[in-house]
Amino acid sequence: MTTVLILLPLAAALVIWVLPLNDISAGALALLAALAEVGLWIQMLVRFDFGQSGLQFSQQRNWFSDLHVSYHVGVYGFSVWLIGLTVIAMAAAIAYGFWVGRERVRAYMGLLLFLTGAVVGVFSAQDLLLFYAFFEAMMIPLYVLVGVWGGPGRMAATLKFVIYTMAGSLLMLAAIVVYGLSQDTFDLVQIGQSSSDWIFLGFVAAFAIKAPLFPLHGWLPDAYREASPEVAAILSGVVSKAAAYGFLRIAITKFPDPAHHYRTPILALAAIGLIYGSLLAFRAPDLRGVIAFSSLAQMGLITMGVFAVNDLGLNGSVLQMVNHGLVSTSLFLLAGMVERRTLTGELARLGGMARGRPALATVLLTTGVISLAVPLSSAFAGEFLILAGVFQRGWGWALAGAVAIVLAAMYVLRLVSAVLHRADGPAVSDAALDLRPAELGVVVPLVACLLALSAWPAAITGHSFHDDRAQADVARGFR
Amino acid sequence: MIPRPHIDWFALAPMNALLAVSAIALLSAVLVPRPWRKGVASAFCALGYTVALGFAVALYVRSAHPHGVVADVFRRDRLTELAGIIVAGSGLLATAISYRERWREDHVGEYYALLAAAGGGMLFFVGANNLMTLFLALEWFSICLYVLCAIDRDRLGGLEAALKYLVIGGFGSAVLLFGSALVYGATGAIDFPGIAAAGRQHDALLLFGLAMIVAGLGFKASAAPFHMWTPDVYEGAPTPVTAFMAAATKTVALVVTLRLLITAFSADAHVWTVALAAIAVCSLVIGNFAALAQRGVKRMLAYSSISHAGFMLIPIAADSALGARALLYYLVPYTAMSLGSFAVVAARERELGVPVTFENMAGFGWERPLLGISMWAFMLGFAGFPLTGGFVGKFYAFAAAYRHGWTWLVIVGVLATLVSLYYYLGLIRAMFMRRSEDLQLAPIGGSPPRDALLQGAVFACLIVTVGSFFAVQPLIDLAKHASSSLPF
Repeated sequence: MTTVLILLPLAAALVIWVLPLNDISAGALALLAALAEVGLWIQMLVRFDFGQSGLQFSQQRNWFSDLHVSYHVGVYGFSVWLIGLTVIAMAAAIAYGFWVGRERVRAYMGLLLFLTGAVVGVFSAQDLLLFYAFFEAMMIPLYVLVGVWGGPGRMAATLKFVIYTMAGSLLMLAAIVVYGLSQDTFDLVQIGQSSSDWIFLGFVAAFAIKAPLFPLHGWLPDAYREASPEVAAILSGVVSKAAAYGFLRIAITKFPDPAHHYRTPILALAAIGLIYGSLLAFRAPDLRGVIAFSSLAQMGLITMGVFAVNDLGLNGSVLQMVNHGLVSTSLFLLAGMVERRTLTGELARLGGMARGRPALATVLLTTGVISLAVPLSSAFAGEFLILAGVFQRGWGWALAGAVAIVLAAMYVLRLVSAVLHRADGPAVSDAALDLRPAELGVVVPLVACLLALSAWPAAITGHSFHDDRAQADVARGFR
Repeated sequence: MIPRPHIDWFALAPMNALLAVSAIALLSAVLVPRPWRKGVASAFCALGYTVALGFAVALYVRSAHPHGVVADVFRRDRLTELAGIIVAGSGLLATAISYRERWREDHVGEYYALLAAAGGGMLFFVGANNLMTLFLALEWFSICLYVLCAIDRDRLGGLEAALKYLVIGGFGSAVLLFGSALVYGATGAIDFPGIAAAGRQHDALLLFGLAMIVAGLGFKASAAPFHMWTPDVYEGAPTPVTAFMAAATKTVALVVTLRLLITAFSADAHVWTVALAAIAVCSLVIGNFAALAQRGVKRMLAYSSISHAGFMLIPIAADSALGARALLYYLVPYTAMSLGSFAVVAARERELGVPVTFENMAGFGWERPLLGISMWAFMLGFAGFPLTGGFVGKFYAFAAAYRHGWTWLVIVGVLATLVSLYYYLGLIRAMFMRRSEDLQLAPIGGSPPRDALLQGAVFACLIVTVGSFFAVQPLIDLAKHASSSLPF
């Protein structure tokens, strides 16, 4: 089941690359594959036994035996939700890319599907080397997706993005070599806990850059601005979650002592990122800048939740990963839709778009309100749990988080009013129509997922760890 | 009646096949009419390599018990045959890549004759079991390669490359020979087990000789600081020759280094492991930093080959069975990646008629999807990305270094990889992210030739590069059996 979930998009990508399809059928095939992937995931969700602890749908095959490396995949409760986020967001991105019509559709769609497979692989790999392979495999399509289909500054943005992330990844590779060989296995389920600070920092470097954590976010604004909207959506919505997953699955689980030693510095960096990102988002002059920096802030919040290492924090951060993934994907796609109509993302040149465009106004406002963590929204549930979690580690952390939530309200409302309200901006003409049905078809399911989670956040918080005892689960190494 | 040693002709069959086709190809230069000459010579060359490949495979299967051949000057074991398989495969692909090279075809018979003869020399080299055979085989294939570099007289820089290679290669051989003489002086033996058995470790004369032999082999493996010839020769030689040199010469030089050091000098391991690690670090640093500045794709690949000499010396320096496996595994994707990447350069060169630079690779990826995607895979492989064997190869090399207790070498390797990303990804960027409309290309007339042989060769390299990522276990088993013939 897990293998099928990984291989289906990869196989579809190969088919799209090899067969000489025309643009329409290539896009349609990609969308079909993405939807089939969602269907498969729903089946997995239904068949997953949340009452049971340990790995499910696992599969293990020997890869090379002399160093004890194997192809080992499987899912836990929280990985199911992250895989769900991946397949839903990717389906939306592929649908949007198909509708907009990118150049060289076959290559584009194939790469997006390839990326889907790689991300699902990251969330389900249970072998360190396999995890690394998928983690790196994400970079291959992303490099090209940003570099070929991006905006005018794409070359510099891509270079920065790749150098940053690869620096982290290669440190992780060194850490994996040392960790795996010293424990004589690379199996994530069996490998014992380690107390080596250096190995821990090797992993943390990779995840902190990917997430990104302050002050390693140098690549973020460029990459998010230059990528096409759907790729930016995937980058911030899905790919960054691979880092948060890494913190959860490897950093705190396998290195409890170093995680304890370094808790304060990491929480501090995350808190700084949270507040600094929120301030930057409030000052950013363009749509994508706001969303990009809010993403930095949210990743800081999620990291705080993970490094609180207690039931509330961990459950909250898993919920918030899914929330932020959906919010960020929808917001980037909406930003893309606005930019398509106005040819600009500068807030100063936008405005007044609510008038005569009810669908856009409704969807943007709904997403915005959810993302600023209004009570009853799923983001409120997630952030509240995280704040409660870090409160147990020190009230100062919770205070930082609470300040950031106020800031979140400020930048989201600024974004919403700059686009929708005020007088008509110079870039907004009457020719800028309301959202088309196809665009609604892309965004509304995402918003619907958010609303469903708002109604029942316990769907995730109650079904991520065995018996909700996240801390015990982590301490046991998810066995 | 003079007593003759028993000769295991089967063990010598791969070389003999190549020598035979070399003779036939040479004769075809005189006897076959000009229009058919290329076809006949290349077909025989390909046949020779195919037969050699077949024999090497058969010998691998039937050489579970290693033994000496012809009075023990040559080892028949799985290490020899695995290297032989790689060399014969490279030769076959190089023949395919050469077929449509645009050059004056008045020496095409000699070209294929030399190509086959070089392969024969390399097959002999990897099995060498004493210093005399080692030197003879080294000269055998080196002389072929000197001529091959110069064979295209119209090529700018070809003669310069050949002369440089001749002088520096000759110097390298002389160093190796002198080192051999010193070792003989110290131990009174020229056969590898004899040197080991002489029990003269820590002898200054022996160590000096060892250092000179390592330097001589370093010249062939193009490891820094013995790399000076590499960029010029790789750039100046006809691209198919470069492809063959980069793949096969490096393979045999590294395999022989492994065999020689483990078999003959294992008692001095504490000395040469450090020396090799130092050479590896030198190669990684010089190769990677020099490659950053290159604009010519062939020169960039030349420096990348220097840095890969460094990567592949790491497992030898680890002095362990794991290291030997790591080296032998790494050689498989490495050979495929270098052959393939030079083949793609050759294709672009034939299209444009000018030396290939980063600038004129622009748009290539979209224009020729197969070659572009293959080149993409080769670059990712060199950079050690997953989904290529280069990833697993590097992983193994690092694992061997770590097991030896050299975590610092792992870190150096990782940093070198990081630096290398700039130019490997830079080529991908040049191929895919620039538009060909931005550039003024000057094709040499008409549409580029349909070159099924070259594309087939590139596709085969792609399959090996990607396949070796998935089929690690079978390849490691091959390498394990091959390395078991060494006395660890």
